[in-house]
Amino acid sequence: MHPADEQILKVNGLSKSFFGVKALDNIHFDLKRGEVHALMGENGAGKSTFMKILIGLLKADAGSISFNSEQIENMDVHSIMQKGISMIHQEILMVPDLSVAQNIFLGREIKRAYLLDELAINQQAENLLLSMGLNINVRTKAKNLSIAELQLIEIAKAVSNNARVIIMDEPSSALSEKEVEILFNTIKDLKSKGVAIIYISHKMEEIYQIADRITVLRDGKYITTKHTAELDKSSLISLMVGRELEELFSASSTAQQEVILKVKNLNTKGKFSDINFEVYAGEVLGIAGLMGAGRTEIARAIFGLDSFESGEIMLKGKKLKIRSPKDAIREGIGYVSEDRKALGFIPELSVKQNISLSSILNYSKAWFINEKKEEKASSKIAQQLNIKASGLNQKVMNLSGGNQQKVVIARVLMAYPSLIILDEPTRGIDIGAKQEIYKLIRQLTETGLAVIMISSELPEILGMSNRVLVLSKGKQKTILTQKEASQEKIMQYALH
Amino acid sequence: MHYIKNLRQYGIFIVFGIICLIISFITPQFLTVSNWTIIITQVSINALLAFGVTFVIITGGIDLSLGSIVAVAGVSAAMLAHPDSYPVLVPVFAGLFAGLLIGAFNGFIITKSKIAPFIVTLGTMTIGRGLALILSNGRPVSNLSDSFVFIGSGKIMGIPVLIVILIVMFILCSLILNRTILGRYIYAVGGNEQAARASGINVTQVKMTVYSVSGLLAGLAGILLTSRITTGQPNAGAGFELDAIAAVVIGGTSTTGGKGSIAGTLIGVLLIGVINNSLDLLNVTSYYQQVVMGIIIIGAVVLDSMNQKSNS
Repeated sequence: MHPADEQILKVNGLSKSFFGVKALDNIHFDLKRGEVHALMGENGAGKSTFMKILIGLLKADAGSISFNSEQIENMDVHSIMQKGISMIHQEILMVPDLSVAQNIFLGREIKRAYLLDELAINQQAENLLLSMGLNINVRTKAKNLSIAELQLIEIAKAVSNNARVIIMDEPSSALSEKEVEILFNTIKDLKSKGVAIIYISHKMEEIYQIADRITVLRDGKYITTKHTAELDKSSLISLMVGRELEELFSASSTAQQEVILKVKNLNTKGKFSDINFEVYAGEVLGIAGLMGAGRTEIARAIFGLDSFESGEIMLKGKKLKIRSPKDAIREGIGYVSEDRKALGFIPELSVKQNISLSSILNYSKAWFINEKKEEKASSKIAQQLNIKASGLNQKVMNLSGGNQQKVVIARVLMAYPSLIILDEPTRGIDIGAKQEIYKLIRQLTETGLAVIMISSELPEILGMSNRVLVLSKGKQKTILTQKEASQEKIMQYALH
Repeated sequence: MHYIKNLRQYGIFIVFGIICLIISFITPQFLTVSNWTIIITQVSINALLAFGVTFVIITGGIDLSLGSIVAVAGVSAAMLAHPDSYPVLVPVFAGLFAGLLIGAFNGFIITKSKIAPFIVTLGTMTIGRGLALILSNGRPVSNLSDSFVFIGSGKIMGIPVLIVILIVMFILCSLILNRTILGRYIYAVGGNEQAARASGINVTQVKMTVYSVSGLLAGLAGILLTSRITTGQPNAGAGFELDAIAAVVIGGTSTTGGKGSIAGTLIGVLLIGVINNSLDLLNVTSYYQQVVMGIIIIGAVVLDSMNQKSNS
């Protein structure tokens, strides 16, 4: 019925920049009817930007997308969905208090003389689920179903929308083995009906089990497209990570013998388990792992943002009892969050006020702030960190991402930490500011500061770390020395 | 450009100045010492409530229980202020304590339960009104001592006590917000609560403090009102919270938190007072006054949001 090589989607020369940084650079991609096409790449390779453009959430700067020989690159989300491209998002987007049937027909309810025809809605939803081999009561509220069931219902919803292309972004991340099997059966069924699937996953085994072809993206660039059979796992990994180390980094030799932080058997059910490591004075300990591996969760636990269930944290030989970030800061731990906007700075406060926020007690007497002292101290560190602002009184919300990040780092340093945790310190900032932050990290370690650096960018991890701790699914896989560590090795442990 | 931006920032002060100027041309009585003494005395109780709730609103919260706190504090003070019963400090402290207690209760429930401040203080508003009725048996508490009545109607060196208290509280609240660590923390919590916590700020403590301060100032307002009308009225203060919130909003404090000032709030309070006063002088009926006031509240917020958009 459907010739297997019939092209349904064709993408040519797609490019997209954010604030001058190229997120996608001349991407090519094609999709055939009834095919499962895996899209592979590291975090930040451009997969999600690409998919957002495909479904109309973002506009490309250049390039064309043709779907069933119709140009769709300028259409909005709604029209593209009507044309037949649907995306199953990582987070389920269902209204918890509506029934399965009501969710499936949300936004295109069946009506009878201006009133909802619940009977027809239920009937049609039931037929739809049955046709996909799903045995779910359509009158159940969405909140009472498992994530796997919700995901399958999302797929059913896409099918009932006459989707010809379904994009699945990490669909199995929350599923048990058995549920993955159901998902794969559904995918096979869809294939036989001629539906094409773009499958995004970090799980190698799944890719080799389900995908017909694989396209690799790296740093926003198109690398290659191959039939799954032509590409073995190790070549795939090297295609995903294989880039030259840029001249951004300088080797460190300042690691000392003194243990600053010792983490013993740290555990929180569902987040991470049996985490054990030490950080030495003057050292950068890199923490690598895929999204959801538990990197940020561990940092939050050490910093007191979240509590942990069991384990010990010791700083300079002293066992800590940390109940809040306030405690952590007092003990000498600093944290620069991956989510600058949410946890980094106060947008309405000035550069000076943000910088002094964690250490304001040092610039006050009997509740009153000594503004001269505050100004002097923050102006000094603003200069050291080369913060570019119209003045210390400029609001931080009006600064560039790189300068906002420097303000956050300045705030953390002003509290005189002996350990700082940098979580994705260079995310979303331009290359110049990146280099400055790398230089700063070096300067800090030279003064004996211990640094934990969490990053998704492997070159950054390799270039900056004395040792690299690799996490996978909340478990500590290994700690590699600088000599042992390589992109391939880290990816192997991280994907394990 | 920079000049225009600065002008916008002080928009409410300029609007206030222009309105005063226009009114002074229309009605010559407006710009007299005696008229302004009347205006300021009239707004002083609203000002105290507005100062307190400014702290709360800057943290991103709201306090709807102010009017009821006024009643509880007023009744409690009145019950202890009969002639020849206690020294005047006793009813004053009782009123302040009642306000502080209800404010602290608000703060405690809000920080422990994570229920929206709107809901919690709506509850306390009803509870407070009930308490005032219970305490007074539903009847006005009158027969107050001269020294207690002096607070609301006396003068110190020719200046009404109410105005003296207003000036002292204005200076005190401005200092707290602009010069102290607490003030800085209040802005930080309202500007970005998560980041404030990650910066080492005890957010719970800050919120407890602002609701307590708001309650305390409402308690003070209750004492002043009772003294002025020489009775503790269990039904006093109904709707006062809305006037206070209106003044804060007119004064440029953002209801989403993170920005605002006591000076702005004072201007907001005065603007309401001036408009009411001038409409009185012009013999406009109070029905129209309400319509005008509503338009001004909406206009102030529209101006502010336009200002925000042009800034970003």
